[in-house]
Amino acid sequence: MTLDLTPQTEAELAEGIRAASGPLVVRGGGTRGGLRAGQGVSTAGLGGVRLYEPGALTLVAGAGTPIADLEALLATEGQCLAFEVPDLRRLLQRRGQSTLGGVIAENAAGPRRVVSGAARDFCLGLRFVDGQGTVIRNGGRVMKNVTGYDLVKLLAGSRGQLGVLTEVALKVLPRPETEQTLVLRGLPDGQAVAAMSAALGSPYEVTGAAHLPGAETLLRLEGFEGSVRYRAGQLAALLRPFGAVEMAETSPWAAIRDVLPLAGRAGDLWRISTRPSEASALVARLGAEAVVYDWGGALVWALMPPGADLRARAGAFCGHARCLRGDASAGPVPLDPALAALTAGLRQKFDPRGLFA
Amino acid sequence: MDMPTPSPSILSRKARIVARLQAVLPADAVVHDPAEVRAYECDALSAYRCPPLAAILPRSTAEVAAALRVCHEEGVPVVPRGAGTSLAGGALPTADSVILGVARMTEVLEVSYPDRFIRVQAGRTNLAVTGAVEGDGFFYAPDPSSQLACAISGNIAMNSGGAHCLKYGVTTNNLLGVTLVLMDGTVVEVGGPWMDAPDLDLLGVICGSEGQLGVVTEAVLRILPKPEGALPVLIGFQSSEVAGACVSDIIKAGVLPVAIEFMDGPCIKACEAFAKAGYPDCEALLIVEVEGAEAEIRHQLSLITEIARRHNPVEVREAADADQARRIWLGRKSAFGAMGQINDYMCLDGTIPVTELPYVLRRIGELSAHYGLDVANVFHAGDGNMHPLILYNANIPGEQEKCEDFGADILRLCVEVGGCLTGEHGVGIEKRDLMEVQYGPDDLEAQLRVKDVFDPNWLLNPAKVFPLHVTAPRRAAAGGQA
Repeated sequence: MTLDLTPQTEAELAEGIRAASGPLVVRGGGTRGGLRAGQGVSTAGLGGVRLYEPGALTLVAGAGTPIADLEALLATEGQCLAFEVPDLRRLLQRRGQSTLGGVIAENAAGPRRVVSGAARDFCLGLRFVDGQGTVIRNGGRVMKNVTGYDLVKLLAGSRGQLGVLTEVALKVLPRPETEQTLVLRGLPDGQAVAAMSAALGSPYEVTGAAHLPGAETLLRLEGFEGSVRYRAGQLAALLRPFGAVEMAETSPWAAIRDVLPLAGRAGDLWRISTRPSEASALVARLGAEAVVYDWGGALVWALMPPGADLRARAGAFCGHARCLRGDASAGPVPLDPALAALTAGLRQKFDPRGLFA
Repeated sequence: MDMPTPSPSILSRKARIVARLQAVLPADAVVHDPAEVRAYECDALSAYRCPPLAAILPRSTAEVAAALRVCHEEGVPVVPRGAGTSLAGGALPTADSVILGVARMTEVLEVSYPDRFIRVQAGRTNLAVTGAVEGDGFFYAPDPSSQLACAISGNIAMNSGGAHCLKYGVTTNNLLGVTLVLMDGTVVEVGGPWMDAPDLDLLGVICGSEGQLGVVTEAVLRILPKPEGALPVLIGFQSSEVAGACVSDIIKAGVLPVAIEFMDGPCIKACEAFAKAGYPDCEALLIVEVEGAEAEIRHQLSLITEIARRHNPVEVREAADADQARRIWLGRKSAFGAMGQINDYMCLDGTIPVTELPYVLRRIGELSAHYGLDVANVFHAGDGNMHPLILYNANIPGEQEKCEDFGADILRLCVEVGGCLTGEHGVGIEKRDLMEVQYGPDDLEAQLRVKDVFDPNWLLNPAKVFPLHVTAPRRAAAGGQA
């Protein structure tokens, strides 16, 4: 058993990777991936905020920085990470705490994805060490940057396949002053998605649209208080054809972000990206135990009977699916061959020894 | 501007290459007459010109694929071209290249309001994308100044922004998928009408790759519901520094306007003379636009004007209605035309951290004195994307070179304060030789590897983005294979 790498600097990490002879398993806070065998690489020593300029909406921090620390810091200035980092520990039965590097590598995104974007959309620049132990920098810390190829997007969501992130520059946003949630009850899935599409297609700036087991359809408005009150009234009127509209007493969005309605239940857990107008028909074919629709139906979390072959049940559909918990042999839906060839080509270039495969 | 020596072998095979292209394309889709190809000799960076070997104007993905297969087999470089509005020379041909223009690919292929996307052929203009959906209350958000003319394919190549991207993001934040034809003719569907990638985010690196990874023939774009209304406020200040501080305070206060535009004294005077928008006589001017229903707009404008008043503005003018709003925007929108009336100018595009605005504006003033060339500043202040316009006279020998040196110094300054060479125009040939100011050898090498994967023979949009000496070994190796 080789000892874990615990670099305290980027240079130490680069040296460790150059010296590595077998598979490496990168761990941020250990809340997601990283269950396969290999020499561990901990980014815990690569934390710390390097720059925070509230007036420029910019924050730069080491990849090992716990997300909780960043959120606490941003809160002191009334700002936030607008992509709402999901905390999937209860859902995936993990411990540890999310780190900046892990969140970017996963391209994490909560309910606000539907209007504001995912982690990739807030990532201004980054540094990483590739599979040959070379330190690479891309992007910067400014809001607009088209200087050269955008490796920031390529690395965001790469799940550590191309290298180990060491530093990330983020765009942050003001935290909304208030929030109001509208609730529709008892809608069948297809009707619920139609209601969410109507809301998201309105000018009232809906920042969350989810449909939960128990047939609760939830729509979130955020912003200045008077504005939210006005838009809530307008939106309720717009949604009247779908049934009675209630105003929620408490905020359900942290629970939706963390997919808590499916936590603590047995079964395989799948995450499906699709187009909303296809979502309910797709779900009907799955025979799932329970589903959560987020992003207005563009994201479906499905709890499947153990070992169920989601691909066979779903058939051809618009989008893609991935198994987060359960029988791994069910695997992701394979990529189109041309896409797969490009993806494999990039992996080979950045990680020729297959350390991160 | 150094360009690679055209391949004598390709030039000598022109007749055969044209014949092979004619065999796979309709007769009117191949332009090869030396007089006619001159129409493609430059883009909006017209200081650099070179007629291509030929130009092709396909109408479909299948035609693009067929033509690229021919070029690949013949080892001919291909320069993709949208509408030719690049300010960075992104579509400048080489003498041994074929221009692949997508101007005839303008169809709307699918619109879905429940899923909020539109799928178009990539030659459709930016404004015509909005045109296809605005009757139903939707729009396409990125709004480059050239939106009337520029093609979506070019927007994707350069990852274009615009005045309103402070709220809505740039092209990459609004692009869901593309149909990409690789140099060897392989057609790849990347992304689609969903919100994330199943594996590596190839779409993210294709967007902004300046046509060097493949030819985008179709695009799936996010469309958004139009806001109920929008109004600007115009705020004049005694100095650029004060205006810069005001921008930072507005952002910090939690108001997120859709646009914060900045003009300095020389620009205000030129615009006023040209467009007669009724701007106050002052040293710096902000136009801040907010969106929403009437009451929301008034609330946000009151927050903004309250912040502005702490900075002793010389004037605060809230638009009362659409007509006043139009007048406030009139000068800003005619800024480039106004400057063009009085001088030749070079438009830069460096981006800086917003907090560095006062310092950078002061340094640009000092550089202006040093070079003896005037500069007018007009830019997207909310996101730090500067557009200094350096004024010069192209008829005075040596003045264009002096202007380019001045421009390079400004871009170095942008990088020095933590910014970048280009925020929305792209590198093209214009900033190619400055890339090493921003990136080290390993950073550039990582980008070249991506190119190696998508276009191993280095045939797409040659001699752009990267300094020639950096790409020389790869081009030499690929030339051997071709």
